[in-house]
Amino acid sequence: MLVVGAGAAGMAAAKGASEKGAHVLLVDNEEWIGGILQQCIHNGFGVHRYKKELTGPEFAAELKSEIPSDVEVKTGTFAHEIVPNEKRAILVSREGIEEVSYESLVYATGARERTFQSLMVPGTRPAGIYTAGQAQRLINIEGYLPGKRALVLGSGDVGLIMARRMYLEGMEVVGVVERLPYPGGLRRNVKQCLEDFDIPLYLSHTVIRVEGYPRLEKVIVAKVDGNFRPIPGTEREFHVDTLVVSVGLIPVKKLVADFVKVRSGVLVSSSGQTSVDSIFAAGNVTTIFDLVDYVAKEGEKAGRSAALLAKGEFRGERLPIRKGKGVKILHPEWYDPSVPLSVYLRVEKPMEKALIRVGKYEIEAEDLTPAEMVNVDVEPPCESEVSVSVTEV
Amino acid sequence: MGKAKRIEKIKCIRCPLGCTLKIKISEDGIEIEGNRCPRGVEFAMQELKDPMRILTTSVKVVGGKLPLVSVKTSGTVPRSKIHDLMGHIKKIKIRAPIKIGDVIEKNILGLGVDLVATRDCDER
Repeated sequence: MLVVGAGAAGMAAAKGASEKGAHVLLVDNEEWIGGILQQCIHNGFGVHRYKKELTGPEFAAELKSEIPSDVEVKTGTFAHEIVPNEKRAILVSREGIEEVSYESLVYATGARERTFQSLMVPGTRPAGIYTAGQAQRLINIEGYLPGKRALVLGSGDVGLIMARRMYLEGMEVVGVVERLPYPGGLRRNVKQCLEDFDIPLYLSHTVIRVEGYPRLEKVIVAKVDGNFRPIPGTEREFHVDTLVVSVGLIPVKKLVADFVKVRSGVLVSSSGQTSVDSIFAAGNVTTIFDLVDYVAKEGEKAGRSAALLAKGEFRGERLPIRKGKGVKILHPEWYDPSVPLSVYLRVEKPMEKALIRVGKYEIEAEDLTPAEMVNVDVEPPCESEVSVSVTEV
Repeated sequence: MGKAKRIEKIKCIRCPLGCTLKIKISEDGIEIEGNRCPRGVEFAMQELKDPMRILTTSVKVVGGKLPLVSVKTSGTVPRSKIHDLMGHIKKIKIRAPIKIGDVIEKNILGLGVDLVATRDCDER
């Protein structure tokens, strides 16, 4: 069995598969395993899986210690191509090019960050504009500050955490700009990253222009209307040498996108199986998760299913899950009656009290916002089609 | 039940669930609602008295494969002390190898918690 990507999903998949008796090769293109966790030095990881609060590197270390020693790990190894019909993959590393064959494969390549360039903001193209992950890697792994005075665009979790991180390392952080009327990240991060240090949050605002060359000098921000159009006369200038953008994650699905069904991410069933029988996927390459605990849970499940398939003990069904009222994002795409169903959803709008319906099950929930993913676990519903909806009550 | 003098809403940060805690302060005492576990009550009471946080940052490494190693305080520290702590931690240099869980500095600034490594760092 081959696992591509050794972040949380891939490590958990390797563990799940090995425990079911598969011989596993786990590959990652970085020099270490753990993926993005290694640069997320803040705490808050592992509350569900380990019942304690860990930092990213600690969560990675815990998960690594769960991987049985017979799993073969290759770092610095890039999966260049997957040939699904022949069940083989081409790997590239410093040692050269290698071809491996597999019975089943778990694709766990995670996500990349949406870049500032893709936002088509007018102005110069100066140095000093970073994605939040780039700034995080610079500060936490390499030991450099990205600049002296920063503005953050996007209030997703990484943006909020980087606002605090830059502030604590002695940079001036003039604010966080969010085009939505509510914060994009977890509420605890708004509190402990911004409110704790009096960093202003500008909701319903966006960056309309950047100025300066070769280094960023000025960022112009304006209020936006309900359609995200800047409102004339509301412009405000920030004199900064650094702009950190945290404007969303995009699943890295390129290697399989030609032959498995994809939407924004790789579509999977509740057992982690894609539309191609021998290929499974888990983690942020399928949908963007809030919590690494969920990623590890889904990775482990995908690994177990893939191992059973390799042994010829997995049937694999894909019954439809229908997205009903009130649901903005729904995961997984299909359900497999052989495993308990874990549904992940994001609501369309904030709701104080709501009723979540998953097939015949009804679950009461409070305080829902689109920024926070809801996880509902139910027994297999035994219906030919499951509908998921959320109604405000 | 006395009249509520003051109602405050705060976000519990003890775990990623982020419960909205309603703190009702009245003549009869303090009442907390909205918590999904007992840690919420604990958090709200502490937040009223003196907000406490775990600090995570990094320290410089000498002779390591990585230039930095990530660290955390072994327990919570007063939020008001975070600036002093950052200033102090900035001056620390530690020699590789470092193991996850190693104590970098005991009883840092006399706050009753240790500074511990959260990652391994091998010798270069």
